This record gives sequence, structure tokens and C-alpha cells, in this order.
Amino acid sequence: MPGPREVVPFTVNGDAVAPAVSPHTTLLEALREDLSLTGSKQGCDKGDCGACTVLLDGVPVLACLTLAVEVRGRRVTTIEGLAKGPKLDPIQEAFDACGALQCGFCQSGMMVSARALLDRNPRPSRREIEEALSGNLCRCTGYTKILEAVQVASGQCRPGEGALLTGLDPGAPPPSLASGGGEGSQGPGDPREEPLFPARAGGRGEGGTRAGGVAESDR
Amino acid sequence: MSRERAKTAVIGGRHRKADSVLKATGQALYTDDLKLPRMLHAKLLRSPHAHARILGIDFSAARAMPGVVATLEGREIPGRYGIIPWTEDETALAVEKVRHVGEAVAAIAARDELTADEALAAVRVDYEPLPVLLSPEEAAAHSEIRIHERGNVSKRVDLAFGEVEDGLSRAENVVDESFFYAGSTHAPIEPHCALARVDGAGQLTVWSATQIPHYLHRFLARVLGLPEKKIRVIQPFLGGAFGGKSDPFALEFCAAALALKTGRPVKLLYTREEVFYAHRGRHPMKMRYRLGTDREGRITAVDAKIDIDGGAYSSYGLVTAYYSGQLLTGPYRFPAYRFDATRWFTNKPPCGPKRGHGSVQPRFAFEVALDMAAEKLGIDPIEIRRRNFIGEEVTTINGQKITSNGFLACLEAVERASGWRERYASLPPGRGLGVAGGMYISGTAYPIYPNEMPQTGVQVKLDRSGKVTVFSGASDIGQGASSVPALILAEELGCAPEDVTAVVSDTDLTPVDLGAYSSRVTYMLGLACIEAGRRLRARLDDAVAAKWGIEPSGIRAALGTYHELDGDRTLSFTEAVRLAEAKFGTLGATGSYRTQKLGGDYRGGTIGASPAYSFGAHVAEVTVDEETGVIHVERIWIAHDCGRALNPCLVEGQMEGSAYMGFGEALFEEQDYDGRGLHRGPSLLDYRIPTTLDTPRLTSLVVESIDPNGPYGAKEAGEGPLHPSIPAISNAVWRACGVRLTELPFTPARVLRLLRERRASSPHRTSAS
Repeated sequence: MPGPREVVPFTVNGDAVAPAVSPHTTLLEALREDLSLTGSKQGCDKGDCGACTVLLDGVPVLACLTLAVEVRGRRVTTIEGLAKGPKLDPIQEAFDACGALQCGFCQSGMMVSARALLDRNPRPSRREIEEALSGNLCRCTGYTKILEAVQVASGQCRPGEGALLTGLDPGAPPPSLASGGGEGSQGPGDPREEPLFPARAGGRGEGGTRAGGVAESDR
Repeated sequence: MSRERAKTAVIGGRHRKADSVLKATGQALYTDDLKLPRMLHAKLLRSPHAHARILGIDFSAARAMPGVVATLEGREIPGRYGIIPWTEDETALAVEKVRHVGEAVAAIAARDELTADEALAAVRVDYEPLPVLLSPEEAAAHSEIRIHERGNVSKRVDLAFGEVEDGLSRAENVVDESFFYAGSTHAPIEPHCALARVDGAGQLTVWSATQIPHYLHRFLARVLGLPEKKIRVIQPFLGGAFGGKSDPFALEFCAAALALKTGRPVKLLYTREEVFYAHRGRHPMKMRYRLGTDREGRITAVDAKIDIDGGAYSSYGLVTAYYSGQLLTGPYRFPAYRFDATRWFTNKPPCGPKRGHGSVQPRFAFEVALDMAAEKLGIDPIEIRRRNFIGEEVTTINGQKITSNGFLACLEAVERASGWRERYASLPPGRGLGVAGGMYISGTAYPIYPNEMPQTGVQVKLDRSGKVTVFSGASDIGQGASSVPALILAEELGCAPEDVTAVVSDTDLTPVDLGAYSSRVTYMLGLACIEAGRRLRARLDDAVAAKWGIEPSGIRAALGTYHELDGDRTLSFTEAVRLAEAKFGTLGATGSYRTQKLGGDYRGGTIGASPAYSFGAHVAEVTVDEETGVIHVERIWIAHDCGRALNPCLVEGQMEGSAYMGFGEALFEEQDYDGRGLHRGPSLLDYRIPTTLDTPRLTSLVVESIDPNGPYGAKEAGEGPLHPSIPAISNAVWRACGVRLTELPFTPARVLRLLRERRASSPHRTSAS
């Protein structure tokens, strides 16, 4: 039943808004239903999956566990607010360049969490990235290209180079392949030969792999 | 086609996805993001009983509540459906009887979700509880309690090839081991959602988070009694599926029926708890394998007995029963093979196809058994796999035709990358390497319902703007189906990938595609795109050749430019299109993929028949803490023969995602129920899927065998790479601490119990010998 409603002014992505919400309306409902900001996703509605992560005064929060009335007078940033006009945030650009976006459903929250991390720690270690994103579940990617994308966005490597920076390797020797010569080179299709951000869907061809051979991409 | 690796301008490059900026910016609209004027919200009332007769439903209190607009019960839409035409045993809402906790019984449409939820609580359902069968053993022991009228056996498949007993008696060694694979579920981050609208002309449109728009289209027509041409199914952006959205579900029928009833748009979104009960996930399987090998480790015979816990409905279960045996006959040569698999009905949410449908469980069992054989015979685990390699261009013992096969290259890749030769025997106690292999289909040769029509098709439109528009029915579930046509059409037409726009998954606009299942999309859609592209390219070449006064064979085109081979004239792609439009009129072409005759000549011989098989091998590196029983999977090296990587970036993404999902099943996940059939933890907190902190470091090693028939040599990459993960981890745990994990998931409690048993039987042993 729609009970008594209350007008709650706050800013979202720099815009002043004032939706009329019920006391039980969550921030996620207010964003998605009242403000038509559907980029924040509802994966569980109980704080388990992280798909609804937004920034509240710069700090990542779960919009499904935050009541809309709590954000009165505060500053909310959603995935729609990451890009500055037509220019993508470096995180969005890196997620795209690294192939980190599969179904994309968890990624709004994931990229918002990553933005919060880089705002407080511009060059995080691999472990710090893993910790910062551990509240955002992804079911498609195995996180491999996501972690790399955050490294790319923080200027620590180029797409395809994430494996060089893992700092996670307890004793395993670097793999080496006859066709590629180890982690530092991937033969003819080495993505690291490419400019930092190749043109969208730019035709490079003959990439990555050889007939009957093996190409390594070690993230 | 040849085995040469075709020289390409676009194919094989690391391309970005066509739709990724929409996803990166939050602009991509998923089903629950859609909102229509006057839209109602519907909710489903679900059964608290695992097995009960429905004596009556009383909506009177609910109907009296303000804001409640319509109600719906099973007998109003009683039409049966089921994805497999021979086992149509489902109804949108339960009719007369419920067969599992969480089965949908009634629906209510109201002005908002909260009102609908409150109204559900006011519906009175009178149940007569029936005895509950929760395991295959109970289902077998109590044939007098019938979950379905036809009994409790969903499907039995008993097939034998060659002289199995003879092969076992000739064997130097026979491994005889039992295994249990616990059920798991897909857990896509997007819950199921459907939105239905009826327009003034009686046209029904259903937007749904489905990976099978075409089958949904057919069943909506059947259940609602409408002609197919009056129904339009649209699949918006989809937030993950993994097989969990490849059946029609109660929500689509109910949203549509309520829209028809009220004349208003109706949206129905499942809660996360409902997603766990909708399920269709991995079947629990109890498996016993007898594996005979000669002194050199060569397989002499394999005999399998499998009991499959199917849950309450058939879903894809007929196929599951076949796949549990049919997909094991590579990459190793089986001289004799028998499998006897029975899928049982139980009073639990129905199982179905989860990534690697039907074959992940037997692959786990077999690859562990093969490791046990290697250990017994003193053969290196990679070597025993090499020795049993079935080869290329061969037919398996059950009649499946293998074309390309890069399994040996996969083994070599993981052997090198993991440092196997130097490290396998020398790692300290508590740390180990394990290997396993696998294979999977690149689509099923036959459509689910018998017909002679194409399995997929595309229409391509081309006009003087220089823009190429491809209409494709293939479902993008995150794997990149919407990005495949741009690469292939750019390759064939000589334009740039960004010149191509895809209109996808809308039954009014796009040709039929059977859906995103059985790893069929890239293979079949790819060939359809090549066909359409070549038809159009011939027109463009003709027009340009006429302009230049040369033969069409004297033209090369790539990345937006048409070149004269023996000269220096060039034209832009757009100019070439204009010449062709002037010469031939409006430009367009279709392409399709038609079913090929494949498979063994026996009942069921076509199930598991695929135009091409992918192969793979993983090495996992684990550490085991013998005090706590906790397994840490440090790394997985994933080698996968995908034929040819059309876009290596997306292939790697599929490999990493598959290995991650297998890892989760191995260590954490279990779709488990209590003694009343209640899910033990239907949330993403209790059902633990791996986070960034859990997931091992994953290394993709793409192997290209260049399939003779696939598009540019491509085969599948989306499901095959899951298979070896689980047995590779089990085999690595054996090396680390000398216990054989034959039951999933590999929890600390299970590891500790096995460690205790090991110490009791050999008190002085400290690590694997």
C-alpha cells in the first residue's frame, strides 16, 4: 500500500532531485522507479550481490539496503554519473578495452566500486583491487579481465598485461610456451603491441593465435 | 572447407564488443528496466509443500483488497508444455497437484509489487499433503507414490558399444569407483523477468530475460491459444543465463495471461529466492565407473552406471540422460563402452541444463578414475591422457564424428605453462598439480523439435549510407552473440566492424534462431553470416568490376576499401555499395545454417551428435591445509581448442568464466534441500558463489585446430572449458595430500574426514606417494 510520502531532496550525478518516497522506499527503488536511473541493478534486493552499488558522498553503499530518506541532502553517484558527458570514465573505458563486460548486469556496481577504490587509492595493488571488489559478485567473467581492467584504469598496465602485475604468484614459475616465449610476449598477436586503447572494434586481424599453435593470455 | 588458416583482416583480432559501451554506461536496458504506461505488477504464490494435491483456491479476500486487479490459477491456463516435445509435463501454474516446494500455484496482478505481495498472503489454498520423495533411492523404492502418472522414472538410457565385459576382463587394471556430483545452480546476477503487453489489435508482445525466444514464442502460442503470428517475443539485454533461462517459465505465461485478462501491461520479476526455486541447474548424479586399462594405460573398456536426480519435471532431462553417457567418448579412444543412466523424478525443483549440460558430472568421475589408473600403473597423468588420444577425423565408438581435435596441443600447453615436468613430482607436501581433459559439442546437429528448417538465419540489409544492418535472432547472453555478425560481415564485405549494426532477438524483426544453448551460436550463426556476406559481396564485386572494367576476381576488399589487385585503383566501401545499389536495386541477402545428418544409427544416436567438438585440458595447482581441511586453488591453466578464435578476447572470457564456474562447483556450491524439500539457503549469501578473493588466478591458453567445417575454423568455447576444472582440482588435491575427492563439493569437512581415514589406514604417510 502506498503510505504517506515524503519529499526527499538530494543530488544524483550532480542534478538536484526531490522524489516523493515512502518511508520504506529504498534508494535503489527511488533511483530506478522514481528517477528512471535504471543503470543500478537489482540482483538480490538484500545486500548480497553488489549490483546496486552507488556512491554516497563518494563512499560505495548498497542502494538496496539504503533507505531513500537517508540520503536527504547528500550526494549520490550512480553508473550514469561516471562518464563526464560523452567522455567515458577511465574505468568504463578499461572495462570495455579489456573485455571485462560480458552480460554487463553486475558491472554497474562493479565499476562504481572500482571508481571509489581509485579515488582513495590511485595505484592499488592486485590484492587491494580484489578486496575492494569482493562485495560485487560477477557470474560471467571469473573476474580475470575485471581485475586487469582496474589495473589498466589506474595506469599500471595495458590491456592484456594484467598478469605481469599480480604479485599473487606463490612459487609457480612463469609459464613459457614455445610459440610465445613466456609471459612477456605472445607472438604475432601480442595485444601489448597495440596502442593503449585500440580503436573500437578496429580490424587488426591475425591476432592472438596461430594455426595449430597456442596463444597465451595470462591474466 | 580446408584446414588452412584463412588470412583475415578482421577475424582473429582482439575486438571490443558491439554493445559494451551501452553496458559500461548503464544505458543497456534489461527486462526489468522497461516500464510501460498503466503497467501492473504481478507476483506468484508458491507452494509450501513438496508434494500435495490442491483441493481448492480461494481468492475472495485477495480480490477484495484495494489495488488488486486480477487473479490467475492453473486451470485457467492448463496447456502443457515442456522444452522436449516427448516430455511435455509442465503447466504455467500447478493444476491439481504441486510436485516441489516453490512451484507456482496462483498469480495476482496489482497496481504495484507491494500490493501484489500483500494480496498473495490473503489467498487461501487448500492442500492435501502427499508423501514426499527427495532422492532417486526413495523414488525407486516407492513406485506406489507416483510423482507423475507415468511413474518416477523420467528417462532411462542403457547403451552398449563393443565388448565391455571382455574389455574389462582383459584389462591389466580395473578402477572401480563410485562418485557423487552435488547439484548446483546457475545464479545469474539478473533474476528472471518478463513484461507482457496486448495492443488494441490483439497483438501480444512479451519481453523476457530468456535465452530461447523462439521456443518461448511457440509455447506462448500453445498455452495461450493464440496464433504464433499474433505474438512477438523480444529478448532485451540479458544479465547472465548459463542455461538457467533456457526453459519457458511460469512468469512469462502468467504475465501474458494477466495482460490478456486485464488489457494492461504486466511485469513479473522473480525475487532471488524464486530464482533458486526456478532452478533447472546441474543434476546431482551418483555414478559408478569401471575403467579397464592395459599395462601401458590404454583404455580397454568403460562401464558406467548413473543415477540422476531430476527434480519434479522433465525440462531437458531426456537429453541429460543421454548426455551423461554420450559425451564421454572423447578425447580418449574407448574400445568398449556401456552406460546405464536413469533420470528420476523427485519432489524438488527441476534440474536442467547448466553450462556443460549433462556431461560435467561424468567427466569429473571419469577423469578422476583415469588418474587413479595412472597412479596404479605408475604412469604420468598427462602421459596416460596422451596415450589414449582418439585422434582427428575419427568416429567415436558411439558414432560421433570428430573432425578437428587439438587435445594433444592442449595437453602440451598446460604441461609447459604449469611447469609440470619440473614440478609435478617435486612440490612439497600440501601442494599439488592435477590435470584433466574434456570435450564438448559445438551445437547439437538436430533441432529440439523435429523439422527441416534452418537452425538459424540472418538477414543483411545494405544501403547507400554505407551502413550494414544485420537482423539476427541469436540470443546474446553475455557471450557476445550480438558482436559475432559484425566481425564476420566486416570480413566478408570488406567493411569495418563498426559499419555493421545488429538488430537482435525480436521475433517480429529477426529470423528464427533456436537459442543460446548447447554452444551452438558462434558455429551456426557464424556460418549463416558467412553465407549472407558472400552473397552480398558477389554483388559488390560485380558492380565494382563493371566500373573498373575488370573481372570480379581482380578485387580485394578489407576494412572499408576496395582495391584493384593488379593496379592501384581504390574505392571506399560506401562507393562500392552505391555502385551495387545502382546496378542491382535494393541490396539485401539472407544466410542460414541447416541441419546436417550426423550421429550413430541407433535409438538416441543423434543425441550428442554435433558438427564439431571442442577439446580442452586444465592443470590446477592447489594447496591443502591439513589442519583445517581448506583447499586453496592457486591457479588453473586452461587450454582450450576452440578451432579458431574469431575474437580471442571473448574466447578467453569464456574460458575464464567457465573455469571459475567449475571451481565454484568444486569447492563451494550446492543446491541442497532439507527433509521437507526446502532449499537450505536460497540467497546469494548462503549459496556461496566465488568472489574476487576466492577465485584462483586463471590463465587462458587458446589452441586453434582450425576445424574443417566451422566458420573460419571455429568451434565452441563457452561450455567445454568448464569440464576439466573440477577433476583437475580433485586430482591436484590427491597430489597435495593423498586423498581422493570423489564427492562434491570439496568442503573442509569432507577433506578432513578423508585425511583422518587416510591417517588411520596408513599412519606414517605424510603426503602422496
